[in-house]
Amino acid sequence: MKNIRTEILDILQDDAKVSAKEIASMLGEKEEAIAAEIKKLEEEKVILKYKTLINREKAEYDHSEGIIEVKVEPQRERGYDEIAKRIYRFDEVKAVYLMSGTYDLSVHVEASTMKQISEFVFEKLAVMDGIRSTATYFIMRKYKEHGVVFVEDEKDERLVISP
Amino acid sequence: MNYDKYIAKCVKEIPPSGIRKFFDIASEMDDVISLGVGEPDFTTPWNICEMAIYAIEKGQTHYTSNHGMTELRIEIKKYLSERFELDYDINEIIATVGASEALDIAFRAIVEAGDEVLVPAPSYVSYMPGVRLAGGVAVPVLTVAENDFKYTREVLEKVITEKTKAIIMPFPNNPTGAIMTKEELEDIIDVIIKNDLIVISDEIYAELTYDYKHVSIATLEGMKERCIVINGFSKAFAMTGWRLGYVAGPRELVDAMVKIHQYTILCAPAAAQEAGIEALKTEHKNGFKQVRNMINQYNRRRRFMHEELNKIGLSCFEPLGAFYVFPDIRKTSLSSYEFCERLVKEKMVACVPGTAFGEGGEGFIRCSYASSMENLKEAIKRITEFLEENGWL
Repeated sequence: MKNIRTEILDILQDDAKVSAKEIASMLGEKEEAIAAEIKKLEEEKVILKYKTLINREKAEYDHSEGIIEVKVEPQRERGYDEIAKRIYRFDEVKAVYLMSGTYDLSVHVEASTMKQISEFVFEKLAVMDGIRSTATYFIMRKYKEHGVVFVEDEKDERLVISP
Repeated sequence: MNYDKYIAKCVKEIPPSGIRKFFDIASEMDDVISLGVGEPDFTTPWNICEMAIYAIEKGQTHYTSNHGMTELRIEIKKYLSERFELDYDINEIIATVGASEALDIAFRAIVEAGDEVLVPAPSYVSYMPGVRLAGGVAVPVLTVAENDFKYTREVLEKVITEKTKAIIMPFPNNPTGAIMTKEELEDIIDVIIKNDLIVISDEIYAELTYDYKHVSIATLEGMKERCIVINGFSKAFAMTGWRLGYVAGPRELVDAMVKIHQYTILCAPAAAQEAGIEALKTEHKNGFKQVRNMINQYNRRRRFMHEELNKIGLSCFEPLGAFYVFPDIRKTSLSSYEFCERLVKEKMVACVPGTAFGEGGEGFIRCSYASSMENLKEAIKRITEFLEENGWL
């Protein structure tokens, strides 16, 4: 049996809209205890935010996403943190990861159009001090994100009634 | 032509399935939320499917040994030993076309005309017809809600006669969700030994127990020699459509069963056997992570359903196995069949009437929680409305 914290996180990670009451029922616990634990998780910043996963293709508004591989000069004493911070403060930037391998930072950006992303790269990112090179990749279609499949509606293929 | 005179008497005598009738009603409706499904809502893990596709690509499209591929039986042997402390040699294992075939060859290997076989009631729909088709007499053993639908020695002693040859152990149970603990099993085995019965233990839901670990009756002292253990991949690995099960037991009984198996089936499907090898190998390597994750998901839904149904006055005992709850609907004064028929027509929620599982099922309905939490929540909402609108809540 996993501990209550892990269970709560596991349930909320899959569906942030599940209420404390429902979680309590699923785990065989008291509602107040679950609500208190969730509050604690929020205060401790274990739970950072509840967001919504959107299929932009269906939402029908202009939207573009890209992933940029960035090679940087790490700085003495500060390593990669300082340059990462300068990058992630831009609104367009949705995620920044320090990577192992042939480049250093993986920068995920979002904007209304591809043009805006391009402009961001050559006006803001590529010219920044400490950046050696960038390679930009545009996302053409999303198949799966955060464990959710985008391209097909998963149907229940089972018989309605079976023994 | 008058076909009636050609159809065998024992086939004619088997009543039509109680599930079939209900299936016809429910499957004609759109937007039904079904709590009537007796199989996992998970799809087979992709690594298993992928391996089967590869097996077909590389030409694994032939007959296998009657017993099943050696590698599969080695994996089954390891699995049974590690998960359930059941120790069988690979020559004491047959891979079958689902646990259903395993049941069939077990019945046919031991039952002679007139032999009595104890069949739990309520229980899985195949036991009774299976015994009858083998020429035996299926004797129902009533299990009751007051006793959490378990066998007791008193009830067994009452139904055993000198013609009784075997008893079916159906735990964890479909439709009730009942299990029997080690202590409870110990309490009945001397009745079985004293009356020299063979046990056919259907352990297809063995992985799906909650709070208690499944104990196979074959692991109890003096029982292995008289037990036929049946299991399969359908429930633990979400592989119902692959039709892969197995049976393990004493060599002489297995040899008798393989005789029927080799002439009627020949072997379990080769690609499914390859899939079974992958399922067991990978899970073994990963410490049964996928299985544990699945059990954890079912457990949440189980607690949810048990609590919510009790809350709206459809009392049910806490099921400790399988993926069913079996609430009592007697306070509505409807029969199980009427309740389910009205529920699906008025609120589009499909459950299975308890009577589909034989004697003792009247007054109960089977609700499967092998369905998403959203579906379960919606179903509870609709059942609540159904009860309120009819003045039962």
